[in-house]
Amino acid sequence: MSPPARRHLLDLELVFVTGKGGVGKTTVAAALALLAAERGKRVLACEVDAKGDLASLFEAAPTNFNGREVAPGVTAMSMDTEASLREYLKLNLRIPVVGRIGPLARAFDFVATAAPGVREILTVGKFTYEVRERHFDLVVVDAAATGHIVGQLAAPQAINDLVKVGLIRSQTDWMLDILSDESRTGLVAVTTPEEMPVNETLELAERVAAETTVGLSSVVVNRVLPELFARAEEETFEWRRRPPQAGRLAELVGEDVEPMLEGARLAVTMRRTRTAHLERLRQGLDPAVPVLYLPYLFSRFHGLRTTRQVAASLAEELGF
Amino acid sequence: MADGPAGGRGERRRPAKGPVAGRGPAGRRDRRRGAEHRAGEAVAEPPARRRPPREGSLDGLLAAKEIAIVCGPGGVGKTTTAAAAAAQAACHHGGRVLVLTVDPARRLADALGLSGIGNVERRIPDEAFRAAGVAPRGQLWAAMLDTKESWDALVRRHAPDARTRDQILANPLYRNIAGRFVQSHDYIAMERLYEIHAEGGYDLIVVDTPPTRNALDFLDAPQRMADFFSSRLLRWLIVPYRSKLVNVASKPFYQVADRVLGTQFLADISEFFVLFQTMHEGFVERAESVTRLLSDRRTTFMVVATLEATPVREAEFFSRELAQRRLHLGAVVLNKVLPPYFGDPAAVRAAQGVRDRAAELAAALGGDTAQLERVLHEVAESFLNFSVVARREAEQRAELGASPEVLATVPFFDADIVDMTGLLELGGAIWE
Repeated sequence: MSPPARRHLLDLELVFVTGKGGVGKTTVAAALALLAAERGKRVLACEVDAKGDLASLFEAAPTNFNGREVAPGVTAMSMDTEASLREYLKLNLRIPVVGRIGPLARAFDFVATAAPGVREILTVGKFTYEVRERHFDLVVVDAAATGHIVGQLAAPQAINDLVKVGLIRSQTDWMLDILSDESRTGLVAVTTPEEMPVNETLELAERVAAETTVGLSSVVVNRVLPELFARAEEETFEWRRRPPQAGRLAELVGEDVEPMLEGARLAVTMRRTRTAHLERLRQGLDPAVPVLYLPYLFSRFHGLRTTRQVAASLAEELGF
Repeated sequence: MADGPAGGRGERRRPAKGPVAGRGPAGRRDRRRGAEHRAGEAVAEPPARRRPPREGSLDGLLAAKEIAIVCGPGGVGKTTTAAAAAAQAACHHGGRVLVLTVDPARRLADALGLSGIGNVERRIPDEAFRAAGVAPRGQLWAAMLDTKESWDALVRRHAPDARTRDQILANPLYRNIAGRFVQSHDYIAMERLYEIHAEGGYDLIVVDTPPTRNALDFLDAPQRMADFFSSRLLRWLIVPYRSKLVNVASKPFYQVADRVLGTQFLADISEFFVLFQTMHEGFVERAESVTRLLSDRRTTFMVVATLEATPVREAEFFSRELAQRRLHLGAVVLNKVLPPYFGDPAAVRAAQGVRDRAAELAAALGGDTAQLERVLHEVAESFLNFSVVARREAEQRAELGASPEVLATVPFFDADIVDMTGLLELGGAIWE
């Protein structure tokens, strides 16, 4: 975990944030965008799944393909493959008439349903285009979940293999240039210290290396529980929570203290289970991949306050 | 029902090893049973939640149904919940129960003797149950969804002749679709369900739905597949391949597509569609049957969620959609919920007292007072932290407006579920 490698993350131009469902992928993407903007970058944050979660993390109204500023320096948009196609055609073929594109887009949608990679390439193509045109300093993508991200990132290569000539071919060439440049593009895998998310992260790391040209630039472990006790303290705790001791405490406090002691025991065992998964994660990953840890938030809030909190933790982990 | 864990409602103590299901501190836990609805002392109480009719239980629900489709947002424990429900059904109801799963945790799969299973159903050995101290009345079977294998089977079934079949299986586009085409998972899951149900070998099939971009994708998948094969556009695409004649309507499409994609790729696509067209009728018919099966009264849906903002919102959305489609929402399972005592005002008071008077209490208790003070402070602080989360969960729960037949809560397990004992404990928490 050398500091130069860590600082790398915000110096990239295109960051895909992925993770198993439920680990906080969108929150990390939003926090990353916020942090970069706070540090003076012009940031585009994009949601691929179009569920509206990204906008809600900025407490903004739902976003669309055109993008809107949701925080100072942060423009948010949601991916829409049809709109992306329309933009693509307008830029590349100079077909401006929307009316003519209607049926065309439907036809395309249709082909995209069957032909692999067409939808994916319209998605990835939009981001690489924004990077190429330098409209923003950093494009943060709240990308597909771990199960689908490899297909998405591998699409340009797949199309490049399938299509030998034509406009698409030349375009996948420059897309691949951007995607495979580790100083420009990176993948961030978000996980929690739990069994399945860690398994998926390790599998993802392998598949990304084997099947895509994109580099894994960081793993973010979200919701890390605090360590309550040092070893000696834990022994004290174990002794104190036994009936005669606990009874004395309850007498002094004047309330039942068992729930509190039980709660602490739960926190300790949960932390222990999770620590084992963290060790497994660390051991399974290439030591060169930085692992960033974000604390579990004991908070009643969601929305922008949470995003800010996560951004602050992220800044700390990145050494700012 | 001696095999369900005692004290399943509260959080549970989980010994590192051995099936000691009955030994939990059940009595103590039960005293606090009512506490889960109290939101905490400082904030306004959430509106009193409508209690769902209690006559329904998962036990009753699954006894009455042939198919239970477990769905919900990612990361909430769908796979484990599906397996747990199926295991309970096999224990209590008897007969043959199948869990059709997507990606079970490896350690659990290993413990159940399922590692490496594929599309073919395999029986969970009785030893797995015996190790958990249970003698099931019925049989538990499991199968894992293999998308590629299922697609190949589908093509073999629908292809008009051996030559077309081989051509399709060898087509590069097809191979890409079967492997990567994201939505094909959804379709295949429903297709496999239909096939297994039609064979009639099981009394109950519990389906774990694949992780999708949208939790509803799999409901639409059969219809989408049917639409796809019925589309007029498909005929457009086939024209140039067949006759090299491009009609007026499809001409602009071809002009653009040609420039964008290149002629060869277009020809590949066309070939693929021509081949697939031969299976058109079989596919459409099948897709319609699958759609019918989903709305059959023998089918029920179980929505799994956790009490966090996003999963709750998705579960809500899902419940509404099910209602709109007149599909049967049988149960909502709230997973990984903090034990109710974290919301108990008396317990919160006690923790506040300990935190504020840690030094004084440590001195009164004696021993290494500096260390004891730290321990007391940490214990109290940790409890108060979690009680904040419990309050957040209570608020989310109040917002969850779904009113299924069964609303079950699964406590936060402090260890992973790695064997039948764990699976049955989880199942026990939702069974009654």
